[in-house]
Amino acid sequence: MLKVLRDLFRHNREFAAGSILVLIVLGIVVASFFSPYPPLDSYVVPPDIPPSWDHLLGTNSRGQDVFWQVAVAMRNSLLFGISVALISRVIALVIGLVSGYVGGMVDRVLMSINDTFVVIPLFPILTLFYFMMHDHMSWVVLAVAMASLGWPYDARLIRSIALSLRNREFTTQSIFSGMSTRQILMEEHLPYVLPIVFSTTLNNINWSIGLEVTLSVIGLTNIETPTIGTMIYWANQHTAMVAGIWWWVLAPVATVIMMFIGLFLLSVSMNEFIDPRTRLARMGA
Amino acid sequence: MRSYLWYLARRFGQFVLVVFVGINIVFFVTHATPIDPVEQAISSATQFGQSDPRAVEIMRKALRELYGLDGSIWQQYLTFWRRLATGDFGPSLSAFPTSVSTLIGQALPWTAGLLSTSTLVAWCVGNFMGGLAGYYRKNRLLKGLGIVATGLQPIPSYIMSLVVLILFGYLWPILPISGGVEMNIHPGFTFSFLGSVAAHSLLPVLSLALITIGAWFVGMRSLVSNIVAEDYVVYAELAGVDRHKILTSYVMRNALAPQLTGLALSLGGIFNGAIITEVVFGYPGLGTLLVRGVNSGDYSLVLGIASISIIAVATAVFAIDLLYPLLDPRVKVR
Repeated sequence: MLKVLRDLFRHNREFAAGSILVLIVLGIVVASFFSPYPPLDSYVVPPDIPPSWDHLLGTNSRGQDVFWQVAVAMRNSLLFGISVALISRVIALVIGLVSGYVGGMVDRVLMSINDTFVVIPLFPILTLFYFMMHDHMSWVVLAVAMASLGWPYDARLIRSIALSLRNREFTTQSIFSGMSTRQILMEEHLPYVLPIVFSTTLNNINWSIGLEVTLSVIGLTNIETPTIGTMIYWANQHTAMVAGIWWWVLAPVATVIMMFIGLFLLSVSMNEFIDPRTRLARMGA
Repeated sequence: MRSYLWYLARRFGQFVLVVFVGINIVFFVTHATPIDPVEQAISSATQFGQSDPRAVEIMRKALRELYGLDGSIWQQYLTFWRRLATGDFGPSLSAFPTSVSTLIGQALPWTAGLLSTSTLVAWCVGNFMGGLAGYYRKNRLLKGLGIVATGLQPIPSYIMSLVVLILFGYLWPILPISGGVEMNIHPGFTFSFLGSVAAHSLLPVLSLALITIGAWFVGMRSLVSNIVAEDYVVYAELAGVDRHKILTSYVMRNALAPQLTGLALSLGGIFNGAIITEVVFGYPGLGTLLVRGVNSGDYSLVLGIASISIIAVATAVFAIDLLYPLLDPRVKVR
């Protein structure tokens, strides 16, 4: 395992760049546990100080240190992204594996539902959802709502792999040896799709953090929880850009962009690693 | 011809399914959540000063009727569909007495224009450059473009719009950053009006296109580099067919069909991006209207926009499906 990682790091530039970016962000996230100030308190430091040695990324108009704010915000955003990705992975795996293995009418029905969910524009629906929930809107509710809408792309991908597994000999053998459908899916097919599931998880984390940022910035989530999105929301509320406090906006935007590009590069390199053809092409064979 | 009709029928079935499921989600969201929009509107209306309880009761009744929340859940469901079919979402509370459909009708062309321009530009540029990059894999410039495209692709539209806004709004202010057209210009087919519309749309289109160009570029590059290894391409190369001809009519042409399917599948996501970009740039489309509706507690407006968005995207996807046989003639003969 370690050897694989080392080889990837050496030969695959995307993997190297991606893991460095993600490690930087993870470092900031871990640092948030050592924050010298409670994350929600305001006016603990003098407001509006530009970046300096005392306050690495400056302080904002609410008297908070921007670096520690970013750290806590990134932790919450990342946690949010991971929860959405994990919940939606379960749905995607069930739909994808069943659809690919059972085939026929079940496959056709599941896939048309799948394509329907792909096409439906989520943003207006989530806005409507916020409109109906208002103060009842919490982090968990939003995560569940987004997870129940964010699975279809990956379900289709998993299905395409499950489809090819169905005709392999070991599947026939499992059927003849009397395994139930559930057993075949869980014990025989699941291990084959896990690598690709892992790479889609990274993309799904990106997708959900991006959507969370968007909703928060417009004020459509619980704005009291510090996330990257709510941080930009408060900066906008205090017209930070007009007032010239650019570090308040730049710091969260730069951190989250590092996260996006890092995770994306990791998932790209993971895909290439899974597909032996591109791996060979890269090694120059 | 029969198989073409069969194809159309199936795509139309998918269109109906998208609208049906989408509208049902909207109905579910509005009826299964703990908050009653009528009580909410009343509490915000009676927040200040004393209100006559009888007047409140009349208001409650009127709002229930207005929002279609009268009767059993089945009656409400049927009312909901009837309103949708007639395009009548009632008057908007925040812009009373203008009807919601009028407001949406005014906003929809802006969104449609922004969405179609940026999608068309991004799809053509991204696919063309991506095709070149997949075919001429040794080219330094195309490799560099590939790195930029890979970096741009995962950035969500809000962040991208914000970056573009900061770049061209504060650091190098050369383009208008807000609104759809300059104030005090009389609308019409005059040079100054159209010029102003174009200038105001440049930044939103740019921020939308930058992300999607990246996505099409990366997708096309990997498609083309797979097709290049196919036997028929190798054969054409050995037979001495002109390389440009191989690229355009042998390789890219075949890769375009899956990219068109990709466009149909990602249109919902692109639409999300477009309305978010509108909010950032204050562009007078559906997105800005939607946020205004949320902030002013306008239930009918938010409901109307959510429903219309679903129908609009489903229609656009169906239109793309109609184009598909042009690229993949097998649909017609199979």
